[in-house]
Amino acid sequence: MSTRFVTFTLDGRLYGVRVESVQEVLRGLPRTRIPLAPATMAGLINLRGQVLSALDLREQLGLPPRNAEVDQMLVVIRVAGESIALLVDSIGAVVDVEDDQFESPPDTLTDPSRDLLLGAYKLQGRLLLALDVDRAVAA
Amino acid sequence: MSEFDEMDEIVSEFLVESHENLDQLDRDLVELERNPASRDLLGSIFRTIHTIKGTSGFLAFSRLEAVTHVGENLLARLRDGKMTMTPGTTDVLLAMVDRVRDLLAAIERDGTEGDVDVSSVVARITDVLEGRAEAPAAVADPEPEPEPEPALAATPVAQPAPVRETALPAGDEDAGRRNVAESSIRVDVDLLDSLMRQVGELVLTRNQIVRQASSQHDVELARAAQRLNLIATELQEGVMKTRMQPIDHLWAKLPRVVRDLGAACGKQVELAMVGRETELDRSLLESVKDPLTHLVRNAVDHGLESAAERVAAGKPAAGLLTLRAYHEGGQVVVEVCDDGAGIDPERIAAKAVDRGLRTQAQVAQMATADILQLIFTAGFSTAAAVTNVSGRGVGMDVVKTNIESIGGTIEIESVLGRGTTCRLRIPLTLAIVPALIVESAGDTYAIGQVNLLELVALDADRAATAVEDVNGAPVYRLRGSLLPLVHLAQVLGVESDRSDGHVLIAVLQAEGKRFGLVIDRVLSTEDIVVKPLGARLKALGTYSGATLLGDGRVALILDVQALARKALNAETLERGNEGPDDVRAAAEHVRLLVAGIGGGRRIAIALSSVTRLENIPRAAVEVVGTREVVQYRGDILPLLRLDRHLGVASYDPGADEENLVVIIYTAGSRSLAIVVDEIVDIVDEETEIQHDIADRGLLGSVLVRDRVVEVLDVRDAVLAADPHFYAGTDLSEATPVGAWSGTGSAFDALVKEAV
Repeated sequence: MSTRFVTFTLDGRLYGVRVESVQEVLRGLPRTRIPLAPATMAGLINLRGQVLSALDLREQLGLPPRNAEVDQMLVVIRVAGESIALLVDSIGAVVDVEDDQFESPPDTLTDPSRDLLLGAYKLQGRLLLALDVDRAVAA
Repeated sequence: MSEFDEMDEIVSEFLVESHENLDQLDRDLVELERNPASRDLLGSIFRTIHTIKGTSGFLAFSRLEAVTHVGENLLARLRDGKMTMTPGTTDVLLAMVDRVRDLLAAIERDGTEGDVDVSSVVARITDVLEGRAEAPAAVADPEPEPEPEPALAATPVAQPAPVRETALPAGDEDAGRRNVAESSIRVDVDLLDSLMRQVGELVLTRNQIVRQASSQHDVELARAAQRLNLIATELQEGVMKTRMQPIDHLWAKLPRVVRDLGAACGKQVELAMVGRETELDRSLLESVKDPLTHLVRNAVDHGLESAAERVAAGKPAAGLLTLRAYHEGGQVVVEVCDDGAGIDPERIAAKAVDRGLRTQAQVAQMATADILQLIFTAGFSTAAAVTNVSGRGVGMDVVKTNIESIGGTIEIESVLGRGTTCRLRIPLTLAIVPALIVESAGDTYAIGQVNLLELVALDADRAATAVEDVNGAPVYRLRGSLLPLVHLAQVLGVESDRSDGHVLIAVLQAEGKRFGLVIDRVLSTEDIVVKPLGARLKALGTYSGATLLGDGRVALILDVQALARKALNAETLERGNEGPDDVRAAAEHVRLLVAGIGGGRRIAIALSSVTRLENIPRAAVEVVGTREVVQYRGDILPLLRLDRHLGVASYDPGADEENLVVIIYTAGSRSLAIVVDEIVDIVDEETEIQHDIADRGLLGSVLVRDRVVEVLDVRDAVLAADPHFYAGTDLSEATPVGAWSGTGSAFDALVKEAV
């Protein structure tokens, strides 16, 4: 069984979400901050007249905050009928992976981000970390 | 609307529904033949026929009822397993469906069952039911249509109903009247909502294109953009309309409610409905249903007297309950009026004191109208006895809360002995609401106008003394009573960027309580389109939605109710209606000229200060010294640009227009031309001027159609343009407030001229 992933990078690592859950990919848009919201909520964006929340994946995965100068990208995904934008560093290729390339996260990964990862696909010379979209959005 | 039309509408709905059901029925019957044991199918068929039977009985289509009745019997036995399905049974059932179709067609044609004969089908089904002429007959006869065709029905077969002697309309009339089932379709609401969203996107894109086109000097492009503009606007209106439904959808159930209730209370009630075609958004219709029903029940139960009492009071024995709906100022007004005994304010006052809601001293100082509104207070019920109908503790306060939750308001008027009127004001649609756009800590927020009572601006000097504190809790003395203050920036945990000591207070009302929200700046008032927030953000309990601003940025809409709950300890809340209201400016009857001055701001000028409204060419403005002047009817008038005077000169949308809109103001022998952006309206209403905006050039603020409009201090404005304006005129002593008392009679002509 092969699965198709949309990949993106965060702090130099390669992450991916299943292509079916992705609505679109676009360049960073101005965001309106949301006081009192959790830090992972990076604000609200206007996507062609629709108001979407933007989720800061770095914050969510416990990665260091990004350099302000880096132009961010947005991966808009649909989860449970709601669109949400994921803030990522850059967009990678769309890749097909086979089930036999998959492995669960190592036992040594214990921080909260473990819950957000389904596991890793062993690509040529690189690991593709598959994001659990439902959890990432719900957390 | 006549009773016939009403009936017509019910019949139309019945037809549409039945046509749909019959198509389903055909499919089900055929399917059933292949799968004769399916209980589900039988159940579905049974329900369809049962529905048609029920409605046809109600509408007195006796033949339709007769044929569906026997059909139903047959289906019931099949469903209960007392009979099994055979091809013969299917045949008679299909024949029955055909006959039902014929009858519906006849009804659609001229409202009667025409001359469609049903007796043979009834007989065949009865045969099957009684086990006679069972399947073999049907199998032997593959074309079992021995019953007379409609055209032959004139032959006198025992008819259950007499043939109506209606001259059948000619065929061309049929063509003229569109088939009911074809002229309306059912559309999934989700589809409508998604259309609505897409139109929203289109409108935003249109805005970008129009903006681009206007900056380029391409005539073709400008023309295309213009057309796009027009089409997008019409499309938007059209889509909005699809979500609108007449209020009659709600009212249709009320005659029955009123009848039953009247019977239960032993009262005679006549129900009149006016404006039943008034439309409002379907989502609102649902929210208004319960409050409206409650008000109607109340009116019958408490409002109207018994027949004996009415006759004794010299009124007709039957009480009159009137429902009235109409559009007014971008809102839908729904009134429930009864001509009953009215509400005795003294009883209300006594009750309020009794319940501890108000003190004796408080009610003694309240105006009658305000006392009546007390019945909306929680824990108030005037029913002396708890009846079956109302007075079960679900009081008027719940009605008020429900109406307010959809951005509406409710008020009550009553004349003792003459009757009571409850008036609901509901926004046309939940999707678009008027809002105040404010800034705090550099972020933009929207506050629904429905929560806003007034704005208070304090400059640094005044703020230093006017904002006091009660053991650390900031308060402002608003007309003598302490208004608790909430700093928006603090509530949101952000850093306010206003450091000049100015304090801007939005006086808000939520859940019957008043408080002042301190904000950094007021940007504008505008109608905003409410966008829902995701579940997680809603859970923060601070924002009720988001909206897109003109520049495409997103602004959060503050949930005023939640803010009140969050920021204020219940005990420190000032009760909105508490305390004597006599310190409020008395309601005055004034005519106001409302004008836009750019930046979304509106100002009001007492019409009595205005002599004429003019358009003057921009080119006619000349400069004398440092002042702008215009020549007008042989005089030189100083020109006052209100936008500059009040500090909204940041942008000038009318800059490329050739003419200036000016208001000519005259005192004594001198005149002045006041330049505004546009003339919005002339309003003539009981208006309460709030004298608390201490901003330069303004007298205060006033609510016009639920929008805050700033009242211009004309004298101050005039002096800014010409310091010697009043010199030598007998008006030099006139105070600006005095301008309010002027009558509008001299201005009727003016208004007509202006229009």
